[in-house]
Amino acid sequence: MTAAVEIRRAVKRYGSVTALHRVDLSIADNEFFTLLGPSGCGKTTLLRMIAGFEDVTEGEIRLFGDDIARLEPNHRPVNTVFQHYALFPHMSVIDNVAFGLKMKGVDAATRRDRAGRMLEMVHLSAFADRSPAQLSGGQQQRVALARALAPDPKVLLLDEPLSALDLKLRQAMRVELKQLQEDTGITFIFVTHDQEEALTMSDRIAVMSEGRVQQVGTARDIYEAPVNRFVADFIGETNLLEVEVEAVAGGVATVALPGGHRLTCPSATSATGRHHLSIRPERLTLSQDADLTATVERVVYLGTDLQVIARLDGGTPFTLRLQNAARVAAPEPGARVGLHLEEGAARLLAD
Amino acid sequence: MAGPGPSRGPADAAYAGLVRPLLLPTWVVIGILMVVPVALMAVYSFLTKEFRGGVEWDFTLAAYDQFFVTRGLFGDEPAQIEWTYITIFARSIWQAALATGLCLLIGFPTAWFIATRPARTRGVWLFLITIPYWVNLLIRTVSLKFLIRETGPLNESLMAIGLIDSPLPLVNTNLAVQLGLFYSYLPFMVLPIYAAVERYNFALSEAAADLYASRWATLREIVLPVVRPGIVAGMILVFVPSLGAFLAPDLLGGAKTFMIGSLIDEQFKGSQGNWPFGAAVSMILMSMVMVVLLAYARAQGRAGR
Repeated sequence: MTAAVEIRRAVKRYGSVTALHRVDLSIADNEFFTLLGPSGCGKTTLLRMIAGFEDVTEGEIRLFGDDIARLEPNHRPVNTVFQHYALFPHMSVIDNVAFGLKMKGVDAATRRDRAGRMLEMVHLSAFADRSPAQLSGGQQQRVALARALAPDPKVLLLDEPLSALDLKLRQAMRVELKQLQEDTGITFIFVTHDQEEALTMSDRIAVMSEGRVQQVGTARDIYEAPVNRFVADFIGETNLLEVEVEAVAGGVATVALPGGHRLTCPSATSATGRHHLSIRPERLTLSQDADLTATVERVVYLGTDLQVIARLDGGTPFTLRLQNAARVAAPEPGARVGLHLEEGAARLLAD
Repeated sequence: MAGPGPSRGPADAAYAGLVRPLLLPTWVVIGILMVVPVALMAVYSFLTKEFRGGVEWDFTLAAYDQFFVTRGLFGDEPAQIEWTYITIFARSIWQAALATGLCLLIGFPTAWFIATRPARTRGVWLFLITIPYWVNLLIRTVSLKFLIRETGPLNESLMAIGLIDSPLPLVNTNLAVQLGLFYSYLPFMVLPIYAAVERYNFALSEAAADLYASRWATLREIVLPVVRPGIVAGMILVFVPSLGAFLAPDLLGGAKTFMIGSLIDEQFKGSQGNWPFGAAVSMILMSMVMVVLLAYARAQGRAGR
């Protein structure tokens, strides 16, 4: 099957600065695909290259097989939801939504009809004749969404569309966006720096850093099997321990933990020597059968969880999360505890 | 987004008594510089002309009658509409409209260019635009005349490069008046449009392009409507003074380009003048301008709602 968007060896340079280094990505039709990374990682640049707002220095961008890298934005059958919405201030809500259809030469009756249905879809029918300035942030966001979907794009691009909303609204919109994507069957490419947003909505995620795609995978892949230090550290909380790798074979490494215990764990690297081990804080239990021993420094109450901040015997800081269940006794600060690693809790990373 | 204003604390009450005294300078300035002169002019337009200039305190509608009505050379024919002055008005409106159009045509791209430069070079461009305004308007208009006269640098250089055989008779033409008005008032067009374009959110142009608008459609559908207040302000600022201008038509034009400003100017010169008539022409001009401005203000108010 032809990919909805196929990016091949895409490079973006601004003078001597390289913003994107040879990016290769293949985004399937009907996929909710997220570009995730910290600010300055190149995710927005890549999105703007797909939309046509940035030139492609080298490489190809294929949309259902056609190279669109050199087309002007108004000739690309993709639409964008902008970070600050960019609604046309001098037009009513419905005229905003109908604008793309008008530019495509759709007749007035048809476009008004379709724009009306789009507003219905985002629950804003009652606001059709208002001006955008009279709407709340969340409502403007929905208008931007309806406007971008009205021309029935082949791919919808979303540039951090939720970042200007408050937390409650943001959470509600996540569910709604995902639902909308499933209902319309349109491929969504979503840019965000918020990993929770990425994890809750996406079919697949590309984690980016410093102009490179670090890893592509499902939420579970990148959380549970990060390929390198950056991904492990950026997605969720993790403990990174520097360990000595004694042997690696078939993707399984034997490492020596600080304190002397040996551990076999999945490995993303095939080299021995000193590497980083990622241990997720929620994959540990307090136990006599300890892989690691630590001294508790502080216990933070988080409602559903207890966060225990401790220090390993070697002096490395270490965090664990315990479910706040009635049968679990919270450790006291100063107590020495044994930590047992669950199956698959640890993973050896490439640098 | 109109929220409720801040509540008035006790401190506001204490200052309330100071508002009137503090506004006094404003009222004095407006009173002395605006209300008094306009009132004087209104009164003069109803007085009787005295020979050798000046007025007699005898109230009459003669000045307005002279403007609108003719009774033949000796005043003994039936009353008819006097077209002389209405023609001058019509010509002035046409000239001012042309000058406004020309300023818009050149001023909009200029303002756009300046507003899209990097922030630190914009100041330099604006400064360059305003430099000619450090020189008196009369001097600038006379220099323009020297530039375009038959033995001036423009004609001589055109002839030197062989583009023309004989000098173009530019002085005393409509074109010269247009050039004068354009040169006098261009910055009044550039500055408000610059201010509007500078505030323009270029993401709107991206959004339009994303929604299949060509560059031309983006300009027509998005850019122009959004920066319209700046364009309208610029047009008013050029049109109104062009309408009453007398230096450019006087120095660069001839009998066929006689405009309102020159007509008024004549009425206050020497013994040929007619003060009440000059005042009446000024009143008519001012009421016309007021009507245009009020209509605009009403249209703006409606659009803003």
